[in-house]
Amino acid sequence: MGTGVKHLLDFQGWSVEALQGILDTADVMKEVLERPVKKVPALQGITVCTAFFENSTRTRTSFELAARRMSADVLTFAAGASSLSKGESLRDTIETLNAYKVDAFIVRHHASGAAHQVAKFSGKSTINAGDGRRAHPTQALLDAYTMLKEFGRIEGLKVTIVGDILHSRVARSNAELLDLLGADVTLCGPATLLPKELAKGRVKVTTDLQAAVKDADVVMSLRLQQERMNGGFLPSMSEYALTYQVNEKLLERAKDHAIVLHPGPMNRDLEISGSLADSARSRIIAQVEYGQAIRMSVLYHLLVGKK
Amino acid sequence: MHHKAQILDAHEMKRAMTRIAHEILERNKGAADLALVGIHTRGIPLAEQLAQKIAELEGIQVPTGKLDITLYRDDLSEISRQPIIRRTEINFDIGTKKIVLLDDVLFTGRTIRAALDALTDLGRPKSIQLAVMVDRGHRELPIRADYVGKNLPTSKTEVVKVKLAETDGEDVVELWELE
Repeated sequence: MGTGVKHLLDFQGWSVEALQGILDTADVMKEVLERPVKKVPALQGITVCTAFFENSTRTRTSFELAARRMSADVLTFAAGASSLSKGESLRDTIETLNAYKVDAFIVRHHASGAAHQVAKFSGKSTINAGDGRRAHPTQALLDAYTMLKEFGRIEGLKVTIVGDILHSRVARSNAELLDLLGADVTLCGPATLLPKELAKGRVKVTTDLQAAVKDADVVMSLRLQQERMNGGFLPSMSEYALTYQVNEKLLERAKDHAIVLHPGPMNRDLEISGSLADSARSRIIAQVEYGQAIRMSVLYHLLVGKK
Repeated sequence: MHHKAQILDAHEMKRAMTRIAHEILERNKGAADLALVGIHTRGIPLAEQLAQKIAELEGIQVPTGKLDITLYRDDLSEISRQPIIRRTEINFDIGTKKIVLLDDVLFTGRTIRAALDALTDLGRPKSIQLAVMVDRGHRELPIRADYVGKNLPTSKTEVVKVKLAETDGEDVVELWELE
């Protein structure tokens, strides 16, 4: 059945059933990725535009490959080499790209809410590939899928997300999605980077890392966004590493089967110890792998059967 | 839609499957290198029934697989409701096999075209043959079945329902008329 939703901007308006549908279909897409021919004709004739107004390697390549694996045509727009530098507005850029008969937009933008604007300007199916500090729904879906593959369920899992919560669209989207799917989420970071208003439903916030990680099934370390740290949020990077680094010693407090996630790119030995990132507990590479299956599934659910 | 006629009962369906099993074994000179692939949904129990019949006749358990063709349909951009995708499960090397595809009803041929595309993306079988419970005509593509349980000339306003115990609670083939 269809999701009944045209866009994936955040999880507002999405039912648990529709989200479960995306996770279920990702299993089929994962199987496609294991075949000798890793391509199906499902989106033949459809043109997808990746409009990235902010740098990204893994999300953009993952989306582009996902679209190509489904036989869509891909128009790649990179802001760095565009007329944006000549002063063109977001609206004019999107309307120009739309004139090329694009069927869907995949948008990354440094401003929160930009993906909503693109959906409005273009009238086409729009997927948010990260907007400001607001949402990154496909990252949250691939994180949830990684947990599902590991534990066979999401309901009742204790998930601790550690780091710069304030600037993190990944933390926000994960908190929103995992709460919907029945996990218990703890957001943990220094007080200056921990918005208290995120505590609602099953989501708790705390500055106490030792307590937050106790008995966790999943510990997710977030990238410390050093480019956004000039506002006096932290005394120093080394002090942050001493207090909030996710490492082997910290993981002793979690459950024996606990896994470690990171949305990448990583600052090794800052927010996460390099040895833990490479350890048997790490599912960081699995996240990348599953990301493609999730994005194929999202494209299928948004673009097929919506005529 | 109203019921017009019962075409086959459980006994007749079983007899048709037995005949198909004999025809497959005769044409392929036994069951060596054979594999049966059922197309979701009703092709799967048909493939399993056929495998059991071949095991009874020949003493060889031929491998069976499940094929979903949703991602290969040529009307995905035109339909208004998103089809459910099921899992393809083929746990043998199809490059070494003579594949018999199983489906309940052969109609326009588009499902089989999609199945051929899906199968060849998984490997290069030695050959692909097609077995169906009912061939109701109205082909839109140059496709024919190698093994047919029942040839049933129909009008386009008629609907053929193959019901199976595994999916529908009973074995029966029925003809219905659209209102």
